[in-house]
Amino acid sequence: MDIKVNLSDIYKPSEDIVARDIQGELIIIPITSGIGDLEDEIFTLNETGRAIWEKLDGKKTLKEIAQELARDFEGSLEEIEKDVLGLIRELLKRRMLVEVKKNA
Amino acid sequence: MVDKIATNEPYITKQRIDKAFLWKDNQPLLSSLDIELTERCNNNCIHCYINLPVDDLEARKKELTTDEIKGILKEAVSLGCISVRFTGGEPLLREDFEELYIFTRKLGLKVLIFTNATLITPHLAKLFSHIPPLKKIEVSVYGMKKESYEAITRTPGSFETAFRGINLLLEYKIPFVVKSALLPFNKDEIDEFEAWAAEIPWMDKPPTYSMFFDLRARGDGNKNELIKKLRVSPEEGLKILTRNKERYLKEMKEFCSKFMHPTGDKLFSCGLGCHSGCVDAYGNFQPCMMLRHPDFVYDLKNGSLKDALTNFFPKIREIKATNADYLSRCGKCFLKGLCEQCPAKSWMEYGALDTPVEYLCEVAHMQAKFLGLIKDNENAWEVRDWQERRDNFVVKKKME
Repeated sequence: MDIKVNLSDIYKPSEDIVARDIQGELIIIPITSGIGDLEDEIFTLNETGRAIWEKLDGKKTLKEIAQELARDFEGSLEEIEKDVLGLIRELLKRRMLVEVKKNA
Repeated sequence: MVDKIATNEPYITKQRIDKAFLWKDNQPLLSSLDIELTERCNNNCIHCYINLPVDDLEARKKELTTDEIKGILKEAVSLGCISVRFTGGEPLLREDFEELYIFTRKLGLKVLIFTNATLITPHLAKLFSHIPPLKKIEVSVYGMKKESYEAITRTPGSFETAFRGINLLLEYKIPFVVKSALLPFNKDEIDEFEAWAAEIPWMDKPPTYSMFFDLRARGDGNKNELIKKLRVSPEEGLKILTRNKERYLKEMKEFCSKFMHPTGDKLFSCGLGCHSGCVDAYGNFQPCMMLRHPDFVYDLKNGSLKDALTNFFPKIREIKATNADYLSRCGKCFLKGLCEQCPAKSWMEYGALDTPVEYLCEVAHMQAKFLGLIKDNENAWEVRDWQERRDNFVVKKKME
């Protein structure tokens, strides 16, 4: 199923997971069922994923996040936007993010 | 910081925590923590090393409060802990179990529960279904029939309540495994038990058994005499261990290649209190679940997990054995890894940390003879070519 994500959307981590930094590794631990398929599963983010994750504060749009990352890292804004949208789709598939409505 | 953000790697990876090797040499100070929520139990198992009566008010009064346990859990998380085992006694006996469980999971900890399943209710099963423990629950099952089960638990009605709890776990699809204690009352049911266990969807290997029972953790002369009588003989133990000879040899080969060697005067050869430990029901932090010697437990009411792990436990690990009998036998014995002898067990048996536990020595020798590591009438501590024998066994068994 294709998940529709726009650069104007705002997201924050879901309360169905806990993200923990343990010895420099960002680990996502499911709290409620249906996130991991098996017992004993956790999730780790790669460096790209982590850089994006840390900016998902429920206030910035994805566009703003990509622009901030473009200032800190090499790579075109277009490439970075692609990465941001890619990660968000993966996280949404796993119910790890919730959308924050702009007028809420 | 990464130089270039766009990569072709997956952004997010699903991992089995035990197989992830995320930290290699950079493990967190505390990886896993055992918490004995209570020493009380609603069963009165004949062989048990720890159970106190459910209505032992004195024990209840001394137990850690909900807030004290929460404080310990929060500190554990700050030290990098990822997994907590709730055990006891029967951990579900605590009235605040549900509160503690939810709190623990919301901290981002995985929870392993050791239980007899008698107190699993539909409400609790629903909770485990909604907020999964992320570790398979471990259920002790004492028999397949009411007579055998209750001869061990000495608690009327416990057979029905245990199987009601187990059926709830099955109904709500809560991952769990079963294990047992082998006693004269149930040892003829082993095939029936294993056939039943094999039908449990989460049993990826046969159940484990306790049979070389530990004595009472806090001493108890009368009960200890009974426990000694209930232990299987070394011959019987070997027969049970080798029921599946192929699997036993495979496990032993792997085990021996890693752990089998003499340890000299080093008393603690097990990595005691490294990245783990056990909080007893009253707030004492033990470097392992079995070691309750008062000199080696750390009072968390007047300190912290961090202080125990960084200052207190390392000093214990340095302690040397001094008993001449131990030094001439256990210190030189290459079965040390195979043998369950350890300071905690020595202390429970004899009140000293470095006394050879004769029963465990016999069990280890019986296995070593079966594996061809020693000859009849040979004492393993007198074997000089132990490395060659170990290597031959490991290589030969690998080639078979």
